[in-house]
Amino acid sequence: MSSRHVRVPALLLAAAAALSGCGSSTTAAPATPAPAASAPPSTAPSAAPSAATAPLTVTDPWVKTTDEGMTAAFGTLVNTTGAEVTVVSASSPLSSEVELHEVVESGGTAVMRAKKGGFVIPAHGTHTLAPGGDHIMLMGVTGKVEPGAQVAFALTLQDGSTVEFTAVGKDFAGAEEHYQPGGGGH
Amino acid sequence: MTEHRITRRGLLAGGAATAVGALAACSPASPASPGPAAASTAPSTAPPGAVPAAASGGYGAAVEPFHGPHQAGVATDPQAHAVFVGLDLRAGTGREALARLMRLLTDDARRLTEGRPALADTEPELALSPARLTVTFGFGPGLFTAAGLEHLRPDSLAPLPPFSVDKLQDRWNGGDLLLQICADDPLTVAHALRMTVKDARSFAEVRWVQRGFRRGLHLQAAGTTQRNVMGQLDGTVNPRPGTADFDRAVWTGDGPDWLRGGTTLVLRRIRAEMETWDAADRVAKEFSVGRRLDTGAPLTGGGEHDEPDFGKVDASGFPVIAEQAHIRRARVADPGLRIFRRVYNYDEGITAGGRADCGLLFASYQADIARQFVPIQRRLAEADLLNEWTTPIGSAVFAVPPGCAADGWIGETLLS
Repeated sequence: MSSRHVRVPALLLAAAAALSGCGSSTTAAPATPAPAASAPPSTAPSAAPSAATAPLTVTDPWVKTTDEGMTAAFGTLVNTTGAEVTVVSASSPLSSEVELHEVVESGGTAVMRAKKGGFVIPAHGTHTLAPGGDHIMLMGVTGKVEPGAQVAFALTLQDGSTVEFTAVGKDFAGAEEHYQPGGGGH
Repeated sequence: MTEHRITRRGLLAGGAATAVGALAACSPASPASPGPAAASTAPSTAPPGAVPAAASGGYGAAVEPFHGPHQAGVATDPQAHAVFVGLDLRAGTGREALARLMRLLTDDARRLTEGRPALADTEPELALSPARLTVTFGFGPGLFTAAGLEHLRPDSLAPLPPFSVDKLQDRWNGGDLLLQICADDPLTVAHALRMTVKDARSFAEVRWVQRGFRRGLHLQAAGTTQRNVMGQLDGTVNPRPGTADFDRAVWTGDGPDWLRGGTTLVLRRIRAEMETWDAADRVAKEFSVGRRLDTGAPLTGGGEHDEPDFGKVDASGFPVIAEQAHIRRARVADPGLRIFRRVYNYDEGITAGGRADCGLLFASYQADIARQFVPIQRRLAEADLLNEWTTPIGSAVFAVPPGCAADGWIGETLLS
C-alpha cells in the first residue's frame, strides 16, 4: 500500500542534508512549478499517479546504448510537489540489477557507487542525472540497447508509489565509469 | 599506487573525472545545467533543468520555427552558412531502424533550432545561439530500397540522366539520406553537424560533406540577389516564398501521399573554371549570361528585375541577348514550372600552384524533378555559353519530406 502523502521521515531528511552538503546536482527551481504543484498531493486518487498528479516527472530521459553488460540512464527529475521527494529504487525490463548511483572522487579517480538514501529532490526542485554524476545504473543487461530504442523505466518513491517513464537510446562516448562494489573505481 | 587507479579508460572517458572535480568544488550544477549567469536570465517559463535559450541576444538568438506543414530550410530566407551531408545507409538499416534514426534526428533538430542543447549534448553551451538554424532532411533513392518502400518512391526521384556537360565525380554523387544544416553562424552549424552526425553514424556512413557560404549576416538586405564566386548576380529570377507561384513550383501536390507538402532537392556541385574565366573579358562574360555584371540588368536595358527583351536586335540585326546566352536558355515561361534556387558558394582552398577550387552548391527545389529540373538542365547542356566556365562535378537527388508537428517527426508519413 502506498501512502497518498509525500511524507519524508526525519531520518531521510538528515541523510539528504548530508548528501547535498557539497556536490549535489540538485537545484531548487521555485520559478517553475508544474500546474499541480500548488495543490498538495493528498488528493491523488491512486498509487499509480497520472501525469497530472505525479509528484515526480522525468524530463529528457535517455539511456546509453550498449550491446550488453552495463549501461546507465540519465535525465532530470522534477519534483512537482511542495514537499521533498525521494527516489528509493529504479527498475527496467532491461535488467534485474538496477541501482541508483553516484560518482564520487576518491584518491584521484572517479568511483561509482550506490547512492545511500537514493535521489532526493527538494520541493519544487529538480535533480539532474548526468554522466559523471548521479545516474541510474543497469548491470547485467543481456539485450541490446539500440540508438533510438524506447526503454521503459519505473522509479519507486519513498512512499512506495511508482513513476514510469520511457528513455530513448542514445550513442554516447562518455559515462564509462565502471562499478566495483568493493570500491576502488576502475 | 593511486596512479595505478587512473586507468586509460578513465582518462579517455574524461568527463567523469572532470565532473567529479567540479562536484568536489561545490559547483552548483552538472554541465548540462545553467551556470549562475545564465540562470539569472532564465525565463520563468523555462522547463526545469533546461539550459535557457538565447544566452546571447540579438542575431544569435533568432529562431526559425521547426514545426509546420513544410520543413524549414527551403522557403527560409537563406542563412549565411550551410553544410550539406550525404549519408549512405549501412547494410541492415531497414524501415524500423530508419524510424528510430529519424526520431533521434528530429529530436536533435527540434532542440537545436530552438536554441536548446540536444539530448546528451556534450557541448550544451554551443546550442544557445541558434542564429536561425535550420536542419532539413532529405531521402535519396536508396533509402526507399533499404526501407522496402520502392513503391512509394516518387517516379522522378532517381539519378539524373547524364548530361553532356557533366564531369561527375563519384565522391560528390548520390546519397541515401541528406542533412542540410544552415545558420547565420558557422559555429552553430558545426555544432548541429556534430550532434546530428553522431546520432546518424550507427545507421549510416558519411558519403560526402559539402560546405557553403553566402554573404555575411546582414551585409545586405534580405532578398538581395547574391553574387557567386564568378562575380555574377545569381538567382535573379527565382520564385518568391510566400507567393502562390512559389507554392506551386516548390511544394509537392501530387504523387505519393506521404510527400504532399514536401519537395525535392537536386544538389549539383558546379565547379567554377576560374582560370579561364579570368582570361575572358568583361564583354564576353556579360554576353555569355545576357546580363550586366554590375547591376545584373538584362543587356537589353532596365534594372535587375526588369524583363529581358529577347526580341531586341542590335544594329547588325543580331539578338542583343544571344541565342545561347544563359538567361535565354534557362528561361521558363510558366512560373509554376520554375525551379527554386537556394544556392551557396563553395571555396575549398587553393592549390600549391595558386589555382582556385571553388564554385557553387546549386541547390534546386522543385515539386517534381522530371517536370521542372530536367528540361531546364537539358536545354542548358545542349547550348549555354556559360558552360565554357562551369562544370557540374557532383549530382544528388532527394525527396524532402513534409514538416511535422510538435509531437511528430520528419519522415513519419513514409516510415511509420
